[in-house]
Amino acid sequence: MSELSGLAGPRAGAGADIDYVQLLTPEGVRIGNDEYDFTGDDDQIAGLYRDMVLTRRFDLEATALQRQGELGLWAPCLGQEAAQVGSARALGPRDHVFPTYREHGVARCLGVDPVDLLRMFRGIDHGNWDVETHRFNLYTVVIGAQTLHATGYAMGLERDGLVGTGDPERDAAVLAYLGDGATSQGDVSEAFVFSASYNAPVVFFCQNNQWAISEPIERQSRIPLHKRSSGFGIPGLRVDGNDVLASYAVTQKALEHARSGNGPTFIEAYTYRMGAHTTSDDPTKYRLADEVEHWRLRDPIARVRAYLARSGGADDAFFARIDAEAEDLAADVRKRCLDLADPSLIDAFDQVYAEQTPYLTEQQAAYAAYLETFEDAEGGTR
Amino acid sequence: MTTMTIAKALNAGLRRALEADPKVVLAGEDIGKLGGVFRVTEGLQKDFGEARVIDSPLAESGIVGTSVGMALRGYRPVCEMQFDGFTMPAFDQIVNQVAKLRFRSGGRITMPMVIRIPCGGGIGAVEHHSESPEAYFCHTAGLKVVAVSNPNDAYWMIQQAVASDDPVIFFEPKRRYHERGEVQEAGEPRPLHSAQVLREGTDVTLLAYGPMVKVCADAAVAAEDEGRSIEVIDLRTLSPLDMSVITRSTEKTGRLIVVHEAPGNAGLGAEIAARTTEQCFYSLEAPVLRVTGFDTPYPPSRLEEEYLPDLDRVLDAVDRSLAY
Repeated sequence: MSELSGLAGPRAGAGADIDYVQLLTPEGVRIGNDEYDFTGDDDQIAGLYRDMVLTRRFDLEATALQRQGELGLWAPCLGQEAAQVGSARALGPRDHVFPTYREHGVARCLGVDPVDLLRMFRGIDHGNWDVETHRFNLYTVVIGAQTLHATGYAMGLERDGLVGTGDPERDAAVLAYLGDGATSQGDVSEAFVFSASYNAPVVFFCQNNQWAISEPIERQSRIPLHKRSSGFGIPGLRVDGNDVLASYAVTQKALEHARSGNGPTFIEAYTYRMGAHTTSDDPTKYRLADEVEHWRLRDPIARVRAYLARSGGADDAFFARIDAEAEDLAADVRKRCLDLADPSLIDAFDQVYAEQTPYLTEQQAAYAAYLETFEDAEGGTR
Repeated sequence: MTTMTIAKALNAGLRRALEADPKVVLAGEDIGKLGGVFRVTEGLQKDFGEARVIDSPLAESGIVGTSVGMALRGYRPVCEMQFDGFTMPAFDQIVNQVAKLRFRSGGRITMPMVIRIPCGGGIGAVEHHSESPEAYFCHTAGLKVVAVSNPNDAYWMIQQAVASDDPVIFFEPKRRYHERGEVQEAGEPRPLHSAQVLREGTDVTLLAYGPMVKVCADAAVAAEDEGRSIEVIDLRTLSPLDMSVITRSTEKTGRLIVVHEAPGNAGLGAEIAARTTEQCFYSLEAPVLRVTGFDTPYPPSRLEEEYLPDLDRVLDAVDRSLAY
């Protein structure tokens, strides 16, 4: 294959020959890059550190809640904190996000109550946050479907005259998240076609965490993912997704590119899902411990902590304070999760249509009458 | 009062919708310069511009999926699926996204979209160009489904569908696109989700929608020669069903026959028969009968005249109903 077409060998999809934007090494050393730079100070880096630690602690608590039977399912983001926090903190005040179902760190940065994320996995509702207030759309379970929604929303921004005005107070863009598995979906290719054809202000942020449940990236792609988009006329680049500074810098630049009217960008954040795809699968059945260990040494949080400790940007008291805050967050989330009231099926009938239908009204009334028969029985009226 | 074809009536209705609300946008394949393969959108891009009448890439999921995004941004997209069979690549976006976003958001999100689908056979087309996929969409909570049969309804119902805050699947009978009829541009239209009694009768009720309405109307005229008084209902709204009109007519005649092109198995006729039986059991003089397409894939066009319900099959069903 490689001899015929110039494609790399079968490990190409895995990115065997890694070439990506990196600004902070796994050892916590900042390095330069000709095109991308993180211009923030150590206080800002400390803020990113806090975001990542709190995201991880929340995620671990959610995983624990699932293991204890309090959530039906959880999709952990363990290991992907830098990609999520870095990209999310690069958002401007008018940008909008279209997530998958794993963007817990992004949700946090946009002010979504973490308990609202748990409601969905506890079976209370399908998403309880106001998408306009938080500029964070509902989680999308069907793989890749949200990339089209993001593109359409971006087309709307363009029609609203909010792109390329030159006024930073007006211009806006869309950040669409997807995983490596999603790049196999038709909707993602269609989103590439539409966004390129209409020059839509959208940034596709692909977290290549190497595994689509048990399918490795080699099963999804013969070429590194960031090279996919060029065939659609969309610039693509790869960033070290475990590097929060690089994730921030490339996303910021791509969003600015989009806001300025220069169209879409595809970013492959090269990262690793340290946990299961969801709590339903067992990653020890499909991947090797060596691989996990390899990535553990590239932990996104440890390298920032090492940097801050060395630079003097944070001291032990700071780290202790963040750790304590994380414990408080976990306790609060746990308590409020367990306190969530169950929903009522009677209300569900009202949420289907803007204009209610006679048939649903009938069904709702009949069900209410049926429920009342049980109350009568309990009341001992027989 | 003006006389025009269904295609022209839809065009005039879409024009009024575009004029009435700057948030209305049309999207679909070839709907711009060409004006759509059936010319329903003719001249609209010229008058409203490429930003509002969007010639889409050849990707149905993309058309519907990007329209979802535009709806989230406050637009009111009207998508054209070029032919019924090509709706299926967009099926996921329609049933998982368009239909469910309101419910998923606990009622916070509205999805004011229209998905126009030229439907049905009878035009001698190749495969995938003559399907009747309405049952899939009627089965999906969150969608509303309508079918037009005449120019006046085409003119008004498309405007009502665009104005609706609920997503509407809008079926257009492609073999009737060029049939003419009167359009009353002044005055109040009937509500979008209401059936209409087209012809009063006392012996049997014939119920149809879209392209089969004319077949049933013709059958009623033919049956009159044999001394039979047939009531004809144009269903108009497939989901929600206007059961009040159906039950009132069935209670009057005691006999109901549902006619549609789609295969009978688990088709809309089955739902109508079941609900009518539940509600009108003691008024029925005969079981609710169905005259439908057969449970084969839509056949090659040389066979479609046999496949599609026609005057004779409808009259045969009238005979069977009256024989009970």
